[in-house]
Amino acid sequence: MSRISVQEQDFDVTTELQAICDARTDIGATVTFVGLVRDMNLDDSVSGMTLQHYPGMTEKALHKIVAEASQRWEVQDATIIHRVGELSPGDQIVLVCIASSHRHDAFEACSFIMDYLKTRAPFWKKEMLKDGSSRWVDARESDDHAAGRWEN
Amino acid sequence: MATILYFARLGEQLKTSSEQISLNDMSTVRQLVDHLLDRGEPWSSEFESGRVLVAINQEMSGFDSAISDTDEIAFFPPVTGG
Repeated sequence: MSRISVQEQDFDVTTELQAICDARTDIGATVTFVGLVRDMNLDDSVSGMTLQHYPGMTEKALHKIVAEASQRWEVQDATIIHRVGELSPGDQIVLVCIASSHRHDAFEACSFIMDYLKTRAPFWKKEMLKDGSSRWVDARESDDHAAGRWEN
Repeated sequence: MATILYFARLGEQLKTSSEQISLNDMSTVRQLVDHLLDRGEPWSSEFESGRVLVAINQEMSGFDSAISDTDEIAFFPPVTGG
């Protein structure tokens, strides 16, 4: 039921939202999260970004995260699209779309999936800075804390 | 021969993204890492940084996990997607 895609191409939020609700009348709420590439990180101007992933494992990890969310909340359908390759500031990078009968489940499941995605799905960002240099982005402790709050 | 993969900063620093290694008597990830450390730089500083995660056959694993010659063993830094 869920759709997981790791792709270079951009995505259209409206199309994905329509696909999730298509021909269904049992969905009471959808929550959509879209992550974008920011032009600043750690006080430096970012001119672009390359996203690497682990083909095969990344998709498996995302399916597992959706399955775990579905055990905790009522998730009628879910779509995750994560882009890889070259991206520029302002580009869409990730979409999580959750359909549920009730808003509470949809909000929580969406938030949980993003927190787990950021700490468990094998993606790595490399930033290109305005001065021409580049650097691999370090994992943030705050993301671990965000994922950790679901453990209780 | 086990397939060893290196991603992101690790692959870049080690200047390789994959290799085949005969595990012989190496039966855990830690023993494989010790073998890699014996190569010296840049392996030693990358693996001794303490910021390396491991997956066996595309499942997150630990350094005490068992490995065999048919496995795909991947090393990578903490993830930064989303």
